[in-house]
Amino acid sequence: MLREIEGSKAVAATVAACRPDVICAYPISPQTHIVEELSRLVKAGQLRSEYVNVESEFAAQSVAIGASAAGARAYTATASQGLLFMVEAVYNASGLGLPIVMTVANRAIGAPINIWNDQSDTMSQRDCGWLQLFAADNQEAADLHVQAFRIAEELSLPVMVCMDGFVLTHAVERVDVPEQEQVDAFLPPFQPVQTLDPEDPVTIGAMVGPEAFTEVRHLAHRKQQAAVAVVERVGRDFAEAFGRDSGGLLHTYRTQDAETVVVALGSVTGTLKDVIDVLRDDGVAVGLVSLTSFRPFPDAAMARALAGAKRVVSLERAFSLGRGGIVEEDLRRVLWGRGSELVLTTVAAGLGGRDITADSLAEVLRRAHRGELAPLEFLDLDENAIAAHLAALGPRTEGAAS
Amino acid sequence: MTKTSSTSTTTPPPVANGRVRFYQVGSFAVGNRLLPEVHSIQSSRERHNALTSGHRACQGCGEALGARYVLDAAQSAAEDAGERVVTVNATGCLEVFSSPYPESAWRLPWLHSLFGNAPAVATGVAAGLKAKGRDDIRVVAQGGDGGTVDIGFGCLSGMFERGDDVLYVCYDNEAYMNTGVQRSGATPPAARTATTQAVGDSPGNVFGQGKDVPRIAMAHEIPYVATATVADLHDLERKVTYAMSLHGPRYIHVFVPCPLGWGSQSSHTVRIARLAVESGLFPVFEAEYGEVTGASPIRRQVPVEDYLVLQRRYAHLFRPTRDEETIGRIQAIADRNIRRYGLVGRPDAPPVLNDAATGAASTLGARADLNNAPKED
Repeated sequence: MLREIEGSKAVAATVAACRPDVICAYPISPQTHIVEELSRLVKAGQLRSEYVNVESEFAAQSVAIGASAAGARAYTATASQGLLFMVEAVYNASGLGLPIVMTVANRAIGAPINIWNDQSDTMSQRDCGWLQLFAADNQEAADLHVQAFRIAEELSLPVMVCMDGFVLTHAVERVDVPEQEQVDAFLPPFQPVQTLDPEDPVTIGAMVGPEAFTEVRHLAHRKQQAAVAVVERVGRDFAEAFGRDSGGLLHTYRTQDAETVVVALGSVTGTLKDVIDVLRDDGVAVGLVSLTSFRPFPDAAMARALAGAKRVVSLERAFSLGRGGIVEEDLRRVLWGRGSELVLTTVAAGLGGRDITADSLAEVLRRAHRGELAPLEFLDLDENAIAAHLAALGPRTEGAAS
Repeated sequence: MTKTSSTSTTTPPPVANGRVRFYQVGSFAVGNRLLPEVHSIQSSRERHNALTSGHRACQGCGEALGARYVLDAAQSAAEDAGERVVTVNATGCLEVFSSPYPESAWRLPWLHSLFGNAPAVATGVAAGLKAKGRDDIRVVAQGGDGGTVDIGFGCLSGMFERGDDVLYVCYDNEAYMNTGVQRSGATPPAARTATTQAVGDSPGNVFGQGKDVPRIAMAHEIPYVATATVADLHDLERKVTYAMSLHGPRYIHVFVPCPLGWGSQSSHTVRIARLAVESGLFPVFEAEYGEVTGASPIRRQVPVEDYLVLQRRYAHLFRPTRDEETIGRIQAIADRNIRRYGLVGRPDAPPVLNDAATGAASTLGARADLNNAPKED
């Protein structure tokens, strides 16, 4: 049903339609509205779930682990420091092969403390063994949850649905919230691969020594690789069932004849589409790849999407300190062997919630198109503030100024 | 031949004050083979054997002994009520020695996640089972003192506070044994560990630290809190059985000597546990909704020294010179416990214990009377 609805509430309503058996979460901005709404739905009797109020994010993920191992469909949500606080359990959930679905309302990581949106939190969990799906808007944020439960349970792997904090979670938009009957038809009841069943006792979470650990890790890697096809197929099935294409591995926009292609994740893709339209009117051949599935990374689909590009800009809402772009690393591997004429640059943008304006994006893409970008640039960086700080620090930062 | 002759020369069980003295344990404890109606669950051939033999625990491991009795008793109690048991385990010795892939010593559904989250995982299992309508499956969580007292303490408190339907059992061997005997929040004063070494003027763990988790559990006013040891396994079984008859969060703290970490003989595990109780250092009691409902009286009080000398972790208290002051301070802890729980000399006010076998409350008067029996030796 098409509604004017806050992103968090659209997600909560969709998660409710997925009939999770156990919901647990610890409040943290900007995730709070999601779990508040779910708690209300449970209290109001509109959702039959066990809602567990926990004492920390570490416990939230742990409760989800226990519930999932007991054969229940488990859901939790977090952001930022909360995700980092639960990291040990995050790795454990994927290692145990438990199909938990978690919403992450993307937010910067401190210090300095900052509650606003960037994607440093989930990017820091790149290698945790979870699938990571990024929503470009609130319609996708809602729809991806339906797909996430199906993908997770098909693969017996946990899935994060990443949506930009505040920009999406607190934005009121028109969203076609998936109906219960539609979701029921799309998402079969959870059939756990292994469960704590007294009739068939299994030992889950055994200690594994050097003689077998490599094989265990290899199998986990193979599962991730197999996930590429599953994410794509479930995205296709979703489009058929729901009539909208909000899922799969990635989306392209005007890449057909684009010389400069920008790759981005999350809500910034909306602004980018507008900017690309303006640049196209000026005869600048730019296009966009909106990456939905960051993990598993869709190498082949990305290679196809970038096949005609001469310049690729990785627009990132997080970066690796001391190194540069995070998605850039994956793109570099995809583009490996394409020849020295191909230029790949990274633009770090919107860190800690700084607005990413259409004007700034247009400017940076024009420069990219002219081949004027440095390998790593920060959008709208206050160079004077940096220079003043370096000067104040004196000789200790010699070399940092260059 | 030898057997026959030794049998013929065995002295009959000593009798004092007209009561049978159960000679193996050197006390007046009864309730073993002589009384078939109160057989130990473990002595039954029908026992569950949750933790099978062949696991990799050290000889004389108190934790392995305790865990087997706890889970077998829990399963028996559950089965009597038409229920089954699943187990959640924290990281630690118990997990490591029982689940080396591709082998497992567990014969019941068993889940290990992390060191610090066993209570929360157990909450999740209980919530998942409830959501699935499986009210016939009960959850028992277990961990060592490190996982319980320290790293998992927040999760444990959260589980208590929410009122989750989980029996949590802590096997307390008073340090991080799995990583090589480092101090935990349950390490007693003066004990030497790898991180509280016997070097300098004040060797061993300092006084005034550590957590009394049974009392902290009581402060949560949960339905049931109990302490027990592997020296009185019948008592441990009874407490587990009673705990399984209740719902909501329940906590049992089991004292389990560790020969490796304590520097004691493998054959002394049960003896040391008994001395911990009889010296007053480990008070055995139970509580419901924050109130102490019963305490096991000390039959024959011993000085703490009897307990300390059997363990190398206290060797620095006796060599090269006897550290009277420290031994005195440890004795003071024991004396305080004895006062606090009324463990000695209260024949007029026998503690009330709930008898799991009958489901009725029964006094320990008969056992309390034993305190008045003249001491031997």
